[in-house]
Amino acid sequence: MSADIAQAVRTPLRRPLDPRALAVPLVVFAALALLPAAAAFGATSYVLSLGARVMIFAIAAISLDLILGYGAMVSFGHAAYLGIGAYAAGILMAEGVDDALLGAGAAIAASGLFALVTGYVSIRTKGVAFIMITLAFGQMAYFVANSLSEYGGSDGLTMASRSTLLGLKLLKNDLTFYYVVLACLAGSYLLCRAVVAARFGRALRAIRENPVRMAAVGYDVERIRLVAYVIAGMIAGLSGFLLANQTEFVSPAYMAWQRSGELIVMVILGGMGSLVGAILGAVAFLMLEETLSHLMEHWKVVFGPLLVLVVLFVRGGLTGLLAGGKRHG
Amino acid sequence: MAEPILGLSGVSKRFGALVVSDDVSLTVAPGELHALIGPNGAGKTTLIHQIAGSLASDAGRIGFCGRDITALPMHERARLGLARSFQITSVVPGFSALENVALAVQARSGSSFRFFGNAAREAALNAQALEALETVALAARADVPAGLLSHGEKRALELAIALAMRPKLLLLDEPMAGTGREESLKLVALLASLKGRYAILLVEHDMHAVFSLADRISVLIYGRIVASGAPDAVRADPTVRAAYLGEEAA
Ligand SMILES: Nc1ncnc2c1ncn2[C@@H]1O[C@H](COP(=O)(O)OP(=O)(O)OP(=O)(O)O)[C@@H](O)[C@H]1O
Ligand SMILES: [Mg+2]
Repeated sequence: MSADIAQAVRTPLRRPLDPRALAVPLVVFAALALLPAAAAFGATSYVLSLGARVMIFAIAAISLDLILGYGAMVSFGHAAYLGIGAYAAGILMAEGVDDALLGAGAAIAASGLFALVTGYVSIRTKGVAFIMITLAFGQMAYFVANSLSEYGGSDGLTMASRSTLLGLKLLKNDLTFYYVVLACLAGSYLLCRAVVAARFGRALRAIRENPVRMAAVGYDVERIRLVAYVIAGMIAGLSGFLLANQTEFVSPAYMAWQRSGELIVMVILGGMGSLVGAILGAVAFLMLEETLSHLMEHWKVVFGPLLVLVVLFVRGGLTGLLAGGKRHG
Repeated sequence: MAEPILGLSGVSKRFGALVVSDDVSLTVAPGELHALIGPNGAGKTTLIHQIAGSLASDAGRIGFCGRDITALPMHERARLGLARSFQITSVVPGFSALENVALAVQARSGSSFRFFGNAAREAALNAQALEALETVALAARADVPAGLLSHGEKRALELAIALAMRPKLLLLDEPMAGTGREESLKLVALLASLKGRYAILLVEHDMHAVFSLADRISVLIYGRIVASGAPDAVRADPTVRAAYLGEEAA
């Protein structure tokens, strides 16, 4: 009996080092790391730029998964952070600040601030109200970007070049840029993984399941949700900074509400609450979009129903599919 | 009498035209087990909500350990040592029994704004959680997801969660409700063992349990306290007999 108990203490319910839970992310990151080598035999620059684009959206999707999958906060304005990060990069560049670290720092700080202010208001609401209010804040950011006539207004803003690292134009090289994005993706993934398993993340996950119970044992539910919301906004801001650098262009379209919807689809498609699912979802979404849009003009007619089918029939999304369809509560 | 742990004075609550708590005053002394009884719909659960902070009161004052907590949110009251169980069981279903309790330990020990280090492996949290599970005889089920526990086990788990908070007051809303005879007897024995160590406000329909456990009983009818005193006095009270205990006391 006491041996059972000792066993119970040592092996928590969700073992974070379950080999299968580790296998999927390892394969995903190995594939991403090796992609440029494979691409060397073919259309290198096309593959590198598509790969970087996919990973940039994967970062945004991971950050959304942190609040959507682990915090049950359905933010319909997450693209705003993509846009804010991108504008931070574009505006700094236009003002003559080229440094990537400064740019990324500003993108993260501006996104975090926006998340703090809008989150403070939104987090008090639940369910559909939360969706609508985050959508409204997202649209607000969109309209503000449209009205920035000094920085291109609705036409967007072309950047003179990519940001520089230590004064060097390292990011100009597509292969370097690809690996910088991969490093950011890996960093975001590992950070979120740590956060989710830590005290903070455990409280966040428990609050997702039963907020009243958590408040009754002493958790400040709104504060924990708000902090998660700010972390997610900051990570999405980083992806916006990367997106601006990749395209060397910043546009209000980055924060259109459709973008927010696409991010939600990526997370659900890949499987909510697994982080690696967000990466898979971004890969699948953007690859499907890429292929179908080449094949036919009205690709969305096929794409939409396809998504609905995945969501309806594959529990746990693509991650669920890979893990054998089994999912723990 | 010693300074009470909990003191309500003139606490009221209405839902629209319905007055559910009507000028309620009561106290719970240190170590006292104070039972709150009353027919269905009398407003017992509402009063528990008001004390715990999940419902705001329309009027009155709630004092706890010498502080006015009337305006404090639920989580701050919990941090002061006010622990509760819910009439409708409330656990985190996807978390193991151990983690449910460990979450309560985590809430009172150190910051929850820690972003690194695996919380599920924090030995200090798990050890204290396990101790609370042992108290309610649930240690053998420590790694079972709370959602898969039997109803009686969930009730015991709620008690373990409350105990893990190291509370100054236990608010128990029908902890025996819906449990089988055997489980209910176990819970009564458990409550008897907690008696004296904690101040307890107990809402319960099981009259045998109430009269055997309580130091003091208050009777709530239509949101008003109609009688309050030692069990024998309450049992003999004519208003209570007429209005509530009915044939059970006869
Ligand atoms: N949120 C609410 N809105 C409106 N009326 C409510 C609300 N909550 C409770 N009531 C009403 O208040 C009255 C008291 O309910 P309460 O749950 O406090 O009773 P109780 O004494 O706990 O009953 P029971 O013994 O059945 O648990 C009931 O008439 C109930 O319908
Ligand atoms: Mg009740």
